[in-house]
Amino acid sequence: MNLAKLPIGSFVRIQKCDLQSLVADLKQVHDRVVGPREIDAAIVYDDLDHVDQLPIGVTDHQDGGVYRLTHQSSDSHFDYVVGPQSLKGFLFPPRETVSESVRTDGKWEIQATETPVMRIAVLGPRACDLRALAIQDKVFLEGPYVDPGYQRRRDALFIVAVNCRRSVATCFCHAMDCGPAVTSHFDLALTEMDDHFAVEIGTPAGGLAIEATSWVPMSEVEVAHAKQVPAALEESMQGGTSARQMETGGIRELLMDNLEHPRWQEVAERCLSCGNCTMVCPTCFCSSVDEVTDLSGDHVRRERSWASCFTAEHSYMHSGNVRKTTRSKYRQWLTHKLATWQDQFDSSGCTGCGRCITWCPVGIDLTEEVAAIRGE
Amino acid sequence: MVDRQSITTANPWVTNLARIQGIDQELPNVATYDLVLEDPAAAGAFEFQPGQFNMLYLPGFGEAAISISSDPGKLTSLQHTVRVAGNVTTALSRLHVGDQLGVRGPFGSAWPLEACRGKDVVIACGGIGLPPLRPLIYYLIQHRETFGRVHLLYGARTPGELLFTNEFQQWRAAGIEMAVTVDLGSDDWTGDIGVVPLLFHRLHLDSNQTIVMTCGPEVMMRFVIFEALARGIDPESIYLSMERNMQCAVGLCGACQLGPKFVCKDGPVFTYEQMEPYLMVGDL
Repeated sequence: MNLAKLPIGSFVRIQKCDLQSLVADLKQVHDRVVGPREIDAAIVYDDLDHVDQLPIGVTDHQDGGVYRLTHQSSDSHFDYVVGPQSLKGFLFPPRETVSESVRTDGKWEIQATETPVMRIAVLGPRACDLRALAIQDKVFLEGPYVDPGYQRRRDALFIVAVNCRRSVATCFCHAMDCGPAVTSHFDLALTEMDDHFAVEIGTPAGGLAIEATSWVPMSEVEVAHAKQVPAALEESMQGGTSARQMETGGIRELLMDNLEHPRWQEVAERCLSCGNCTMVCPTCFCSSVDEVTDLSGDHVRRERSWASCFTAEHSYMHSGNVRKTTRSKYRQWLTHKLATWQDQFDSSGCTGCGRCITWCPVGIDLTEEVAAIRGE
Repeated sequence: MVDRQSITTANPWVTNLARIQGIDQELPNVATYDLVLEDPAAAGAFEFQPGQFNMLYLPGFGEAAISISSDPGKLTSLQHTVRVAGNVTTALSRLHVGDQLGVRGPFGSAWPLEACRGKDVVIACGGIGLPPLRPLIYYLIQHRETFGRVHLLYGARTPGELLFTNEFQQWRAAGIEMAVTVDLGSDDWTGDIGVVPLLFHRLHLDSNQTIVMTCGPEVMMRFVIFEALARGIDPESIYLSMERNMQCAVGLCGACQLGPKFVCKDGPVFTYEQMEPYLMVGDL
């Protein structure tokens, strides 16, 4: 295998029908290949045996509290944007055992759990979700303590990213400087053209994976043409109504200097405190740990599961819950996501994916809340 | 600058087993548990700085973040002074000498030993806020010549709720200037009555030479800080120990956030300069 043929950053073209050969090859070396599937009227990640299972010809309509799919007779493989799931669940499982205790003859033994790692290849993540991956890497891998399970799953993850060529009304990756062009954190990146895919090689592993497929090199003109796809989308997102807008200049000070702004109360009157925004957010990382025991009490697992700052338990202390009101919970969520995240991890916690807007049952829109606090 | 833990790649969920070597029932609802780590290697490697905490684990009940209340120079056992408050501490209160529990730690930032060098020190604490400061008191006594005057201001609701009273004599003899107050006196109480921050009124502090450290109910700490600031002490010379819900203790679970800070890994000991923007905001 001649790796030099496909250096990192190079582009090749594959016929649309050859995407299946890539999927088949990935299945050879991974425990699971997952990709976007239409299930229960939403685009979700699920096991992909064949590219025919992709939501070909499907487009989505998203807005505050609105998600609808439309079927068209087209061979477009990826003209929907993000569904409710991101990469988060593959690396930071919704529920995971962190330790197990066994009591024998009155004596405990406690073991930290090392769940066997599934080697997963994911087809379909967009630029916003790759940025979310980078953000979660910072949380779980680059602090004073490393999350061992995340580390092992992350090392085993293979990513075939996709450049978006359309946006929905809830998208604002351009405003968060996260997209729509895929620029890093991928092994391969696809750009869907009229009759083929342009494939950018992101890693040596990506180069190896595409080697086995039938590919042809791309000319500079063809590469420029492929790069124009997300570039054109970005231009249209900046221009108008095909995306949300958010002014991020000085946003940390804006929010932290306005912790008593009346808008927090106003949004609290609409917010149901359901936590949907935190569940669909690709960067929200809060968790709680529960004890799970058998009836004898001799076998105990500690299970870590996704938690939400919108619950009462999240801020529970013996002296009472710190954040008693929806106002304080929403304020915690938004200020963490957009402001204090910068202190903690040197970046925003928001990628502009828009999921929190779409999946909010009452359509609360963080871009609107920020604009209101800004006085617009 | 608050001391920070160095980076570690060890699995943060590894829990060491410990055996309860002794239980001192300090008050009806407060006991000090003297713990010995069972694994000799873990016991030998264990070190902590005054102000740090452990996660004490009772399988089936969960974990509680409890500061270490013993002498950092005596590592043969580790003491934790615990008030019965929730699920885990209630279960802990039912254990006996010889029983096992899990220990993860130590975690968090420490009291600023370096910054205190050559300075006068005011320790102001209330109720269960004294145990996290006791390792510091031991340290100050052992290195007494390194520090200027050392004041300990301590208060409890009633005389019967004062902790570690059997050590007060020793602490005074070692050069700790103590002032003890209670909210509500009793027939045989001849000491002060009133809240801890009021004790500042009888101190003559050199504002440039004084470090203040406080631990106790947040409302008490706010007024301690108010009194310290009123005496010209810089916000960066005032240290406080915060408490929040903790699920992981290593900055991964998000539960203990207070503004931009994770109380578990950035704290629990902060300077007032760090906490100033957040401490007075309700429900943050």
